[in-house]
Amino acid sequence: MSMEEKQNSQISLDFNQNIFKPISREEIVEIVKTCYRKNIPLEINGLKSKNKIGRNFQSEKTLDLSDYKGIIDYKPEELYIKVKAGTPLKEIIEELDKNNQQLAFEPNDFGYLFSGQSNSGSIGGVVSCNFAGSRRFKVGSVRDHILGFQGINGKGETIKSGGTVVKNVTGYDLSKLVSGSFGTLTILTELSIKVLPKPETSKTLIIKNPHLKKALDFLGKALSSSTDPSGGVFYPDYFGKDFVLNDLTHDGGLTAIRIEGPTNSVDQRANRLSKELGLLDQELSILDSEQSNIFWSRTKNLEVFKSLKSNLLRIVLPMSETLQVIQKLKNFEIKYFIDWGGGLIWASFDQLNTKILSEIKDTVKKHQGYITLIKVEEDLKASADIFTIDPIKYKISEKIKRSFDPKRIFNPGKMYTGI
Amino acid sequence: MSSLQMPKVDNAIMSKKDKIASDLRRIINSKNVLSNPDELRPFETDGLTAYRQMPLLVVMPETVEEVSQILKYCNENKVKVVPRGAGTGLSGGSMPLEDCVLMAMGKFNKIIEIDYENRCVVTQPCVTNLAITHAVQDKGFYYAPDPSSQIACSIGGNVAENSGGVHSLKYGATTNNLLGIQVVLMDGTVTKFGGKAMDAEGYDFLGLMTGSEGLLGVITEVTVKILKSPEVVKAALVGFPSIEDAGNCVAEIIAEGCIPAGMEIMDKALTKATNDYSKAGYPTDAEAMMIVEFDGTEHEVEAYIQKTKEIAEKNNSSSLKISKSNEERLKFWAGRKAAFPACGVLAPDYMCMDGSIPRGKLAEVLNEISRLSKKYNLPVANAFHAGDGNLHPLIMFDANDKESLRKCEEFGADILKYCVKVGGALTGEHGVGIEKRELMCEAFNDKDIQQQLTIKVALDPNSLLNPGKVYPILRKCAEEGRVHVHGGKTKFPDIPRF
Repeated sequence: MSMEEKQNSQISLDFNQNIFKPISREEIVEIVKTCYRKNIPLEINGLKSKNKIGRNFQSEKTLDLSDYKGIIDYKPEELYIKVKAGTPLKEIIEELDKNNQQLAFEPNDFGYLFSGQSNSGSIGGVVSCNFAGSRRFKVGSVRDHILGFQGINGKGETIKSGGTVVKNVTGYDLSKLVSGSFGTLTILTELSIKVLPKPETSKTLIIKNPHLKKALDFLGKALSSSTDPSGGVFYPDYFGKDFVLNDLTHDGGLTAIRIEGPTNSVDQRANRLSKELGLLDQELSILDSEQSNIFWSRTKNLEVFKSLKSNLLRIVLPMSETLQVIQKLKNFEIKYFIDWGGGLIWASFDQLNTKILSEIKDTVKKHQGYITLIKVEEDLKASADIFTIDPIKYKISEKIKRSFDPKRIFNPGKMYTGI
Repeated sequence: MSSLQMPKVDNAIMSKKDKIASDLRRIINSKNVLSNPDELRPFETDGLTAYRQMPLLVVMPETVEEVSQILKYCNENKVKVVPRGAGTGLSGGSMPLEDCVLMAMGKFNKIIEIDYENRCVVTQPCVTNLAITHAVQDKGFYYAPDPSSQIACSIGGNVAENSGGVHSLKYGATTNNLLGIQVVLMDGTVTKFGGKAMDAEGYDFLGLMTGSEGLLGVITEVTVKILKSPEVVKAALVGFPSIEDAGNCVAEIIAEGCIPAGMEIMDKALTKATNDYSKAGYPTDAEAMMIVEFDGTEHEVEAYIQKTKEIAEKNNSSSLKISKSNEERLKFWAGRKAAFPACGVLAPDYMCMDGSIPRGKLAEVLNEISRLSKKYNLPVANAFHAGDGNLHPLIMFDANDKESLRKCEEFGADILKYCVKVGGALTGEHGVGIEKRELMCEAFNDKDIQQQLTIKVALDPNSLLNPGKVYPILRKCAEEGRVHVHGGKTKFPDIPRF
């Protein structure tokens, strides 16, 4: 840094260190400006709960945002919370709990999968990955709840988009674009997120059923009914036994459907749904609030894949295609469960190599879906595409990347080679 | 011709009008290229009728390939293109430029597929918003976003503007109900963003395109999700002795964990005007009137209505009526939907503003509007989507009196600036277009705007697609920003407006 630059800078930055742990936005700006000037790539981390997702890439320096945290503003009556990006999700949820509110998108906790224990990560990481939990089909994804953000672009400029009100069509909706961009477009600094009241009651209908076809039929009917379910999963036999709950009268394969809302309405809807699905008493267990919450929390935490040694893929499909895709995937050694009422498959593969992977990808693509490699062995990770993209979208992505980060210093190559 | 500053007219293009027309006639059916002034006239304005401009030419493509070839041709020949759906937009987003080819998408008017298994509809962009619901309602489904012009506005236009409606708090705006789109970029590239599967991987181009006001691509196909219609819908009509009481009631309803399907407030001036106009049976002595609507199962709706009643009484409600039938519920709304024409009776002209504010700032903002009303000596009436914080003040003036128009413009700009000041937004649902373009610097600084412009340049390097919209040309905060209605005559007087 030249003398003049030093004088201009309010922050004295020791650039010899390899890990930066800023506590102020000014520091982040300074780090990015220096990296921009010197062409130095930066790996951006929050609480590292999901940093193993994505391609490996070379970076000289790491920006650790775990100290850039705190709730800036929380207005329960305005249904929003504004936080610094490094704030642990856990902290935000605890704060919302006090006012009986929640983040309705119930993001996955990948800690169990990668480290055997809970690590729900930072809010910046949650937004950057955009992985929503079981309520997805009802309330939308993470991105649907981001009202606005402030971030630092690849030139070190502070930019913002959106605000704190739900209705806002002023300019391009960049909150959507940065959600799910895996830290490749901006360093998120502040996020304004929509919060919603917690439902008064949650009830879960657990249907004893080992068959996928029947499960998808139940889920399809439930989602098309006016009983307004907010979760729908299927666990095959080998996972069903993992759910030991007081009110669960059977083990083995199960289909679970969640109904939430005011207590009397939940009872009414749960009864109606069970009638509409033609369920017999002996095949049905009903979980009340506490146990229902435990069940969905385990689902959100991917606990059936706790400390998984093998590979895990996340497969998203139109619900109508799920049955056929699973039937084709059964050619391989897989264990899976279905979320999003049929639209999401979490599948672990004992054996996975580039050949098998490309076969799976072709199958899923033919059925209008896509695959994200969540956890794969290192040698496969080095050779396979973690995310899939077609040439046209690659070209557009490249242009968008450049418009935010012209020198490709943010997580370069984390999503795609060259981006 | 408007006095609004638009991008510089390219005289070389103007002089090549005949050649461009004949080139385009080789790309598409020649009868779909319009060049006579008489044929162009209907396209000179959209729902923001204060500004008018005849385009150079109008093209009406019939296929995606034609859209692609026209854009490619225009890109190569540096011809500006303005896309247009139903032309009902209220911010001038599809107002033509003198040297532009106006791409009218009216022939893309068919629903392609209804897929109940995946609960979605795939449609061409110029199908109206309401037609989607009509197509699926026999099976008990509907499409949730309901901009009040839904009888006429196109779904492609809804995507371009990210249209809302009275049910946005519970069901979201267009962006939250969209699964996928097919888009043609300015260089002719055809691609799809999203589809029947949720949350497409990679950068969220679907989210970027939604609400981009026709600056980034032309939408040629739309996939929306459909929902099962609620079993029961009920509304309450509540009068309050003060705006503060109404505002507190709204805050408390939300704080109690009730999320209404719709929640509307009108001030005394508007309540009286609409009641005189539509005989809706509103409490005209109340300082503020609220309509709250809940939907869901019978028990759920009953519980919420009961809770609302308790909260309203606690907040000094002066009257309270609960709909006993669907007819009565629709009657509550009928008065509200006539709010704008009712203002047309009170004054020769009115301007409709569209700001967003935090719900809790309602009383403060209305007090400020009332202060400004005295300052400018112009009457104002206020409608407020209380559920989602979208405020529509209607300023009454006389456009034939230049001083009155100038005062109205200043008044409007002051209101929007105040909305931003209290933490709101310049536009909740009408879009920026040409109308609020110069006010963008109230909400964003140069860096924010520059970032957005860089995205525009990345996808449309020559800035040919709908230029002059959304982003400031003057780079100063001019006093503009309203829907101008003269003598009660809007472009589409029979379409309800909120």
